[in-house]
Amino acid sequence: MSFINYLSERPKLTQLGIVLIVFFILMSMTGLYHDLIVERHLFAKSVVKGEIQSSVGFAESMSMILNWQLPPQLVRIPELTFYHPVINTSATYVLIALLVTAGLLYKSFAESVNKSQWLRVNWFQIISKGFVGIIVGLLFIPTLYNWFFGEVTRSTFWEIPMMLQDFSQYLIFEFWQTPVYDPEIEDYEDYGRVRLFTRAIGATLLFLINLVRELLIGGFETVVSLANVFSDQSGWDWLNENKDKWYSSVPAIPWTVLTAGAFILGYKLQGVGLSILAGFGCIYLAVFGQWEPAMQTLSFVLVAAPVSVLFGVIWGVLAYKSRTVERVITPLLLVAQTFPHFAYLVPIIVFFGIGDHAGAVATIIFATPPMIRLTLLGLKRVSPEVLDAGRMSGCHNYQLMFKVLIPTARRDILIGVNQVIMQCLAMAVIASFIGAMGLGFNLLLALNQLRVGQALELGVCIVLIAVVLDKLSLAWANKQTDYFADLSFVERNKTALLFVAVFFAALLFAWFGNWMFADTAKGINYFYLIPHNKGITTEPFWQAGVDYMVSNWRADIKIFNKWLLVEVLMPMKASYLAMPAIATFVLTMGVGYIIGGIRSAIVVGSFMLFIALTPWWERALITMYMLTFAVIVSVFIGTIVGAICVQNKRATKFILLVCDTFQTFPSFIYLIPVIMLFGVTDTSVLIAVIVYAVIPPTRYTVEGLRNVPESLLDAADMSGATKLQRMFKIEFPLAFPHIMLGVNQCVVFALFMVIIGAFIGTEDLGQEIMQQLFSGGNIGSGLMLGFCVAFIGLAVDHLIQTWATKRRKLLGID
Amino acid sequence: MSDQQSVIKCDSVYKIFGKNAEKMLQNANGKVVAEEFQKAGCVVGVNNASFEVNKGEMLVVMGLSGSGKSTLLRCISRLTDATAGNIYIEGEDLTSMSDKELIELRRNKMGMVFQSFALLPHKTVLENIAFPLQVKGNSTKDSIQRAKDMVDLVGLTGRENYFPRQLSGGQQQRVGIARSLAVEPDIWFLDEPFSALDPLIRKEMQDEFLRLQGVLNKTILFVTHDFDEALRLADRIAIMKDGIIEQLDTPANIVLNPATEYVRKFTEDVPREKVLKIKSVMEPVGDEKDFSDLRVSEDAIIETVAEAVLADPKSVPVLNANDDIVGVVHSSKVIHVLFGENSTLESNA
Repeated sequence: MSFINYLSERPKLTQLGIVLIVFFILMSMTGLYHDLIVERHLFAKSVVKGEIQSSVGFAESMSMILNWQLPPQLVRIPELTFYHPVINTSATYVLIALLVTAGLLYKSFAESVNKSQWLRVNWFQIISKGFVGIIVGLLFIPTLYNWFFGEVTRSTFWEIPMMLQDFSQYLIFEFWQTPVYDPEIEDYEDYGRVRLFTRAIGATLLFLINLVRELLIGGFETVVSLANVFSDQSGWDWLNENKDKWYSSVPAIPWTVLTAGAFILGYKLQGVGLSILAGFGCIYLAVFGQWEPAMQTLSFVLVAAPVSVLFGVIWGVLAYKSRTVERVITPLLLVAQTFPHFAYLVPIIVFFGIGDHAGAVATIIFATPPMIRLTLLGLKRVSPEVLDAGRMSGCHNYQLMFKVLIPTARRDILIGVNQVIMQCLAMAVIASFIGAMGLGFNLLLALNQLRVGQALELGVCIVLIAVVLDKLSLAWANKQTDYFADLSFVERNKTALLFVAVFFAALLFAWFGNWMFADTAKGINYFYLIPHNKGITTEPFWQAGVDYMVSNWRADIKIFNKWLLVEVLMPMKASYLAMPAIATFVLTMGVGYIIGGIRSAIVVGSFMLFIALTPWWERALITMYMLTFAVIVSVFIGTIVGAICVQNKRATKFILLVCDTFQTFPSFIYLIPVIMLFGVTDTSVLIAVIVYAVIPPTRYTVEGLRNVPESLLDAADMSGATKLQRMFKIEFPLAFPHIMLGVNQCVVFALFMVIIGAFIGTEDLGQEIMQQLFSGGNIGSGLMLGFCVAFIGLAVDHLIQTWATKRRKLLGID
Repeated sequence: MSDQQSVIKCDSVYKIFGKNAEKMLQNANGKVVAEEFQKAGCVVGVNNASFEVNKGEMLVVMGLSGSGKSTLLRCISRLTDATAGNIYIEGEDLTSMSDKELIELRRNKMGMVFQSFALLPHKTVLENIAFPLQVKGNSTKDSIQRAKDMVDLVGLTGRENYFPRQLSGGQQQRVGIARSLAVEPDIWFLDEPFSALDPLIRKEMQDEFLRLQGVLNKTILFVTHDFDEALRLADRIAIMKDGIIEQLDTPANIVLNPATEYVRKFTEDVPREKVLKIKSVMEPVGDEKDFSDLRVSEDAIIETVAEAVLADPKSVPVLNANDDIVGVVHSSKVIHVLFGENSTLESNA
């Protein structure tokens, strides 16, 4: 009886037990289909071949269940059909849609005081509820009708990608056409305005990137040639006409000028420390022979980052001003957080083509959401009193926003800028998939050739650029004016004057360089530009290290690898695949119910349903299996390392620094050494994922434990707790909600890396996205796959956030 | 006091939060019962507030948290719009002002000090003080010059280039005060300006505040939850509870004649001799001629002269600012003030 009592006092535990029992019962009921679903494609293939039915009728289902056998539609959600609202418009369903909308809006209208104003005030409500009405009336009801009586079918969920693809093609090529003069065929041709618009954006970005790039590494000739963008060929013509004039061959800025500029700028903005960082960063780039690709990347970042910041601030401000914008933007931001990068690339290729501009667009789309989120967060955190103080000082709206709100929210906005810069450089590699030039592209090449040393050097270049840009922007934003200084012209402008002096000195240097290096090998002017592969390199050193590891450890690693694969990973994968769909739903929704009640169950259930309705359910299961394994190991390692490091101040500082560095490092680099050691297996992918995903749990454990109030620790000590007791009874329980947020981040990081793991070779969702990308891109599949991945992340995110919020409220932490 | 010009005038001001507040107020016909509104999901912030503040006068609005005192202040500064009623600033109707007029008013006539200082974290002391001037469109040079004067006025010389986070609470509030005074406003709003400070610093800031007011002579609306502070500073005190002004009177009258039970609770523990001035216990000069040689000022706090008055067997004449005799004070009255409350004997007063 005491056991019953124990359970009745812990309702959550009982619920969890029930969920698990039902789950395992369902797991054991696959019977007939067990062998089919364990092999990824077999179930779907058998259905296509007609060997098994995808669904059976009600009576048969019941008899199957009574014989301890799940009917096929519960094992794998079949290719469900739904009413196609565009092709088949039936008046009945339109009427239902209208009635539902009217019903939803009735209460709000009846209760409103001012009926004439109602429409104007509630327009967002009308749109959103109208949307619900359309979904219910044109999708749910006919689909349900169809499932029961089977009449109005026009489409299946598996066809949605194709529908989206058709729609995008229509949008690009046929929608809202306009004749455009084509000089090639000397005639007017019809172009879709959408395509013209995206092309114009692409051309503008490309122009900006090239402008910066040519100033840095191209020279006058190429700058002039850019005039092509504005008028046909005039730039080249002008150059040809003025070929022998001196100014037609002015070279680009020598690297020495930029380096000196970095030193001066760093000093001017903050001081010696920043000056040294910026200057030596540049020297590193030049000396290692990475100047050219680095400047290509820089030019790309210098365009993408400001645009992202601008968009981010604008949308952040709009969301702050208008509740409606905020409500629309919030779910989009959530999705953007977990949407895989590769999935972005597919639609971008279709709309913008390939090249630097496409890379820039991808980067902007990717880097803007965190900026929006942080701007909004910062603005919301401005204390209402400061806002009042601004008003009472007589600010009008514009002054209030730009002189009070935004500067006061500066801290968060600057974190946003930092995020943007980091994201831009993180995207440098991914953007090179769609044709962006620079360090990322070279890194990708080095990876393909398995050149660890070079990839590492390139990675350091990327991190350096990121860090220097970040610090410079931070210092610039924090700069203050001195009102007391009453200085002469020279003193006020000494930095500018110094730069001018250095500029000419460096030019002179570069000029002398022409003679100095003339008789050395190949006549390279090292004072002007150190070409690619002509700098110092540490590659042999790293290569030797990798060779040593491969030759000496390989045998042991092979044994370990085999054990891991055979004993752990394969059984785990098999058991994931062996889950009938209904069991997955019971488990996820059950956990959702326990954590957040009926609402969470529905939220998590709908995310799962979306994935289950696509053709990629099995692939999603494989993604989930890799995700689970990686997250469990990462969290285990991360919390232990974090808990150990937090015992010592210096270790804490060190581990946080390591976290920062690893986070900026292009994640692709982790892939090479593991492939060399573990071959093309799931182990490689998982190790790369774990190396990357271990960062957040470590960091959050350190932060969480460090933020436990001192007084509580003293209280524990005074109660006579040993160090271990204190740790497990006081510190961990209090830090737990924060650590769970680390787990949440860990899931996001791991998901990101699992998808990139497709690069090595997996058979999960990432692989499918990769294929879409390289096969030219079906927008529909790309987007749907992206959403599948994002929804896995969001489901976990929802559960952990709900739990952590409840727990924090309970503990009374902020 | 009808001959004096009233600078702020409130005429049955209501502030009710919640949906349909206006409609409910119309239906209530000016008779607002908080409970009824609460049932409908509305919260009554200010309930039928009517009063005037005269030029150069300091009105302290005192109440506990949730009494609506800050809401009242925000209505008068129009940081929130009153639900009903009229507010006049120097005869002009505040409630019907356009945004543009309002900004003009704030730029030239109003200054406000906030409880948590509300300094702009990215600006230095000097820039914070100059902020209202720069917003107004003054040149940077003029603004900074004026700001420097204000820094001297509030005694922060030498810390012009500090950021708010580098200052102590008291110093931050000095900056807040300097900023609110930078545009030389006629009306000065202070919303619990000293509540976030330590007791000693608070006392010091109150003294500083009284000194400033002695120099500047502004019309002041001061909000506090501290009854002692109200007594120390006010010309008149308005005590609020649940949005209603329970009593509006001079400190002496409030202490001597609390209008409601609620007000009485505040006054109970107040040491009267420390609050009341001789003026409040003096009697008109009667027929008697036998005065003491001692003279006391009508503005003297009783405690400071009690010993001397009690030592004197005769009645003590009271002088006003012009050294004219305006009344006499009897030792019996002083004894009543000093010990009356604690007497266990049946009082026949």
